Amino acid sequence: MINDINVDTSSTLSFFLDVLPLLLKGLQVTIAAALLGFAIALVAGLFFAILRQAPTRLISWPVAVFLEFVRDTPLLIQLFFLYYVLPVYGITLPAFMTGAVAIGLQYSGYTAEIYRAGIGAIGRGQWEASTALNLTSGRTYAVVIIPQAIPRVIPALGNCLVGILKETPILSTISVLEMLNLAIIVGDRTYHYTIPLTLAGVLMLLVTSVFAYLVRFIEFTVPKTGIRLR
Amino acid sequence: MGVWTAYFEYLSVGIEATVVVWTISFISAVVIAFVVGVVRFQQVPVLRHVAFVYVEIFRGTSLLVQLFWLYFSLPLIGYSVSPMTAACLGLALNSGAYGSEIVRGALTAVSRDQFEAATALNFNSTQTLLKIVLPQAVVEMVPPFGNLGILVLKDTALVSMISIADVAFRAQQLRTMTYDSANIYMVTLMIYFTLALVVMLIGKLAERYVKPSFQRTPLLALGAMR
Amino acid sequence: MTDIIEFKNVSKSFGTLRVLEDFDFKVRKGEKVTLIGPSGSGKSTVLRILMTLEPFQDGSITIDGTSYHQPGGKGPFKANARHLFDIRKRVGMLFQHFNLFPHMTVLRNITEAPVSVLKLSRAEADERARELLSMVGLEDKASSFPAQLSGGQQQRVAIARALAMRPSVLLFDEPTSALDPELVGEVLNVIRKLAAEHDLTMLMVTHEMRFAREISDRVCMFDRGKIVEEGRPSELLVRPSHPRTVSFLGAVLGEGVGGLGDDGDQADPARAEKPPGPRGDTKLFAAG
Repeated sequence: MINDINVDTSSTLSFFLDVLPLLLKGLQVTIAAALLGFAIALVAGLFFAILRQAPTRLISWPVAVFLEFVRDTPLLIQLFFLYYVLPVYGITLPAFMTGAVAIGLQYSGYTAEIYRAGIGAIGRGQWEASTALNLTSGRTYAVVIIPQAIPRVIPALGNCLVGILKETPILSTISVLEMLNLAIIVGDRTYHYTIPLTLAGVLMLLVTSVFAYLVRFIEFTVPKTGIRLR
Repeated sequence: MGVWTAYFEYLSVGIEATVVVWTISFISAVVIAFVVGVVRFQQVPVLRHVAFVYVEIFRGTSLLVQLFWLYFSLPLIGYSVSPMTAACLGLALNSGAYGSEIVRGALTAVSRDQFEAATALNFNSTQTLLKIVLPQAVVEMVPPFGNLGILVLKDTALVSMISIADVAFRAQQLRTMTYDSANIYMVTLMIYFTLALVVMLIGKLAERYVKPSFQRTPLLALGAMR
Repeated sequence: MTDIIEFKNVSKSFGTLRVLEDFDFKVRKGEKVTLIGPSGSGKSTVLRILMTLEPFQDGSITIDGTSYHQPGGKGPFKANARHLFDIRKRVGMLFQHFNLFPHMTVLRNITEAPVSVLKLSRAEADERARELLSMVGLEDKASSFPAQLSGGQQQRVAIARALAMRPSVLLFDEPTSALDPELVGEVLNVIRKLAAEHDLTMLMVTHEMRFAREISDRVCMFDRGKIVEEGRPSELLVRPSHPRTVSFLGAVLGEGVGGLGDDGDQADPARAEKPPGPRGDTKLFAAG
């Protein structure tokens, strides 16, 4: 794909028209990486959140420290770590997959916190009422706690998705051909950086706006009858 | 353990650049955040639209795109900037946009009751902002600004991409020399984590500092004790 | 006596909801007026308009000789900021939730506005504030913060804060309805003292009917943005004539109007505790 990059820089318009389809291809990679990373973050975050609540400190403590560590260190370094270290242990993933895993891992630190806060925000009264009605703890989760936690959790998870979308250009550093990488390649070939980079920025803005709008839409459509969010 | 010490020595040269970039960017971001947040909160004519566009652009696109744009494109349209300037400018503008939402949110969270009391006592809007609203809002802003400080620290790693010789940059150099990726990046992560703990500590101290000693409940709950 | 407040044909709506319509209302200088009525009847809106917290659409208001029009709806509320400033100089207000500034000491709460708005020296403002604090019986709380005070004490500080601006009209918007029952008395005592010792014009929205009867010169019954009945408290609260007043007082004072009749030592039903019910249903327990 890099080799058939062939852009006409004779006029701004023709340059623009040649770059746009290229960047749109890169945008597909960007979105795919973001969605995959988000899916990993959703699942891994839940896993960590449950371990975090483990009855023994032997588990809950190390998990808490690990999550703090993952949240507070740069994604770039975590990405390099996975990209260069995993193959040493015989795990060879395509760069795209490594990128999605790194993003998913970093954001699982956030989603775990979101799940925990969502459940924590439900008042003690709900637990006490469930105990008073003799519900089992599984039943309490299933019919009392989780249904009330979901509408609280969705806006924050949505913000996570939009955040992830803005992180994906970092995959260009491990040579994934996503939008930013393509824009820079075009720049390096033609010595015209402004148009491809600006265009990449504008496309990014459009996509994040659309995603942010979708997230708001989902927030509105989730049933939350009778649940007080504040 | 021997290699870790050696790696740490090599990487620690980059700490200075990381700390300098963080300090300049974060302080500028806080200043930008207050100006933009207040402009949007007070709905200053014309300026509020400028502020809105600024926040949307810098929150809606990714930092790496912004850094590359400043680094590659500013010189082409006639502004020559050093990598250091581009790095700090990019980080400050990006985090300033996020910070402005913190400021605006905290100002909006101050109860309407406080504004009504200020009106009833005939304060003008500037007096209301400076004497009544901001002092209350600042207490609410400090914890999220602490989180922003950690985000900025993590983001400083990206300035290595525009050739600032920070910790991340030194790590890349070291890898091309030794190929001992696992140990190099482990030490690098440790360094960043330690710096993050320092930022957290500063945040906690700031929280203590802005909170009056008498305070036992969150400030916003005080207005209406029902 | 001259009128200090006059509403002429004032209309006010929130969106499509009409709150006041062609509203006329006069208050004489020094008069103590209580506004009663169901919630949403417009009584609080009258106070909030006087305090310039709410704009209105049509009509005019005169306060202490200063007239204030809002022809043509939108805009003029902000346009004459100077004018509003002058009006606010004469009017003070007490709020249901006191609205003290939580980040300032009690003394600072009282002195801040005199210093920044009236441009008094800090020493002068402090001295006056301490006088006012001793008037409301809180001279020892000057350096406390609002959160350290009880609700009743906070409302007394709020009274001192309003008086520090030397208003000629004082508005009370349900000043005791957010208080625990045992704290209501201390606030009412301060208001009582104010009414007796000062030539303040007072407008009060309250559900404390006994207090209203004792303190006011006139009671106005509001319903749907109009005053449906007004008169001396000894008349209106004892022998209401309008059916809305009859049913409202019946609801507030408990069944049987005339609860505030001359046998006035009957406990205030608004504050009376509910009769103690049975503690749990023993029959069900026995069956279970």
